[in-house]
Amino acid sequence: MAEAPGGSGRAGGVEAHARWVRISHWIVTLSVLVLAFTGFEILMVHPRLYWGIAGNDLTPALLELPISRNYKHRGYDQPKPFFQDAAGPVSASRTYDIFNQNGWGRSLHFLAAWFLVVPGAMYLLVGLFGGHFRSHVWPKARELTPRFVWRDMVDHLRFRIPAASGGPRYGLLQKGAYSLVIFVVAPLMVATGLTMSPAVTSAFPILLGLFGGYQSARTVHFFASAVLVLFVIVHVVMVVKSGFRRQIRAMTVGE
Amino acid sequence: MKNSGLITRRGAIIAGLASVGGFALARRFPKVLPPTCGNVLRMGDSFTYGAQRALLGQSLVKEYSLQDVTSFPATGTTDPGVTVKSELGESYRRLQAGAFADWRLSVEGSVARPRTFSLADLKQFPSRTQITRHTCEEGWTAIGQWTGVPLSAVLDAAGILPTGRFVVFHSYDDWVDSIDMLDALHPQTILAYGMNGRDLPIQHGAPVRLRVERQIGYKSMKYLKRIVVADKFDDGGKKGNIQNGWAWYTGI
Repeated sequence: MAEAPGGSGRAGGVEAHARWVRISHWIVTLSVLVLAFTGFEILMVHPRLYWGIAGNDLTPALLELPISRNYKHRGYDQPKPFFQDAAGPVSASRTYDIFNQNGWGRSLHFLAAWFLVVPGAMYLLVGLFGGHFRSHVWPKARELTPRFVWRDMVDHLRFRIPAASGGPRYGLLQKGAYSLVIFVVAPLMVATGLTMSPAVTSAFPILLGLFGGYQSARTVHFFASAVLVLFVIVHVVMVVKSGFRRQIRAMTVGE
Repeated sequence: MKNSGLITRRGAIIAGLASVGGFALARRFPKVLPPTCGNVLRMGDSFTYGAQRALLGQSLVKEYSLQDVTSFPATGTTDPGVTVKSELGESYRRLQAGAFADWRLSVEGSVARPRTFSLADLKQFPSRTQITRHTCEEGWTAIGQWTGVPLSAVLDAAGILPTGRFVVFHSYDDWVDSIDMLDALHPQTILAYGMNGRDLPIQHGAPVRLRVERQIGYKSMKYLKRIVVADKFDDGGKKGNIQNGWAWYTGI
């Protein structure tokens, strides 16, 4: 944070987190934790990623993750070609008892998703029209000079994290990270998630075109979630480094 | 806190709008939502169902061309004659031995003319062929070509009574599942007897399976035996999805 010299206490005139920011922060936090947990469970059931429209155990994978007993299980009977061409599409019956907890995993994932989508959409609307994004989140033009960027980067690399201000006086890289999550990664998660819904894509087939098919959307969904998890880890480390108790207080009761 | 009065009012307005929205949705769909039995996961499923029905309307899923057809794993039951230990498995074995000539699909419940259809009867109806994406809850997808008769044509032949709201399916692998009338009358909801230009293979649900293209794969029930038009939601008991911990509506 360039403006506030590292020290204790809040500089004069620094705002506290607005109540709607605090409420939406914790709803979305809970939602994202449940989404990450259930999302991982869902991925464990089929830990193969593909590109394009279709992909399954009988087609080549882009990436296969060793995260459950379903990893490379190859439990199928002899494949039979559907057509004359023996090298064409085949059918095979699964003989392996896979790990699958999607009964609750999927329903909990979609329940949690409602708590991301509805408060998230309200947060975006209020943030956009209420001036929150303009005044607190979006980096200002005068901050975007090579000198500022360089200094904030060096400070972070040396782990010199200023003490919590208890409100929205964000540093430059902090603003960049928040902007990336709010305007790019979270909307991408929702859009790729909806692209995996057969009912949604029947009404909005443009989503399939946008991401290049169901499996591409699923793969983007996975990598975007990895970015989001990385963000959460860095965010928590920064909260701890800048004064955990004070930060939690500021985001919960406000100051 | 600065501006605390303003922020409180704004928060109250947002909270108010959100709750009014929730109530409006619940009031609009009191009779068509399946009971949740107090299960929070099933309440979430019902909310998704109501929201998708309210916002998405009737639209067709994307259809593909023959070159797009992919390999297709057969999962779940792949031969009721082998794995189903009850009387059902045995009758399936007998039907299979006779190339399904004796197979009959019973259509009953809230219909004016309950009757049974043989495979030849179903093939008398104008057929529909569609190349669609099968989306499994596990995360994989496959593209296949399906040939069959629109469910709506079969239901029309039996004459749906105006009280009918759901269509319940019973299968030879001893499952019971249902769809609402909107999905039942959807033009791409078919009783498929052909796959990729041939008779439907055993492992994919011979002789006839359901295709419900706007939902996840497990709603496209295999090995059909009986269709019942119902006035009320029927969770299928111990043979249905809900009591086995799975969502009834899977448009997502």
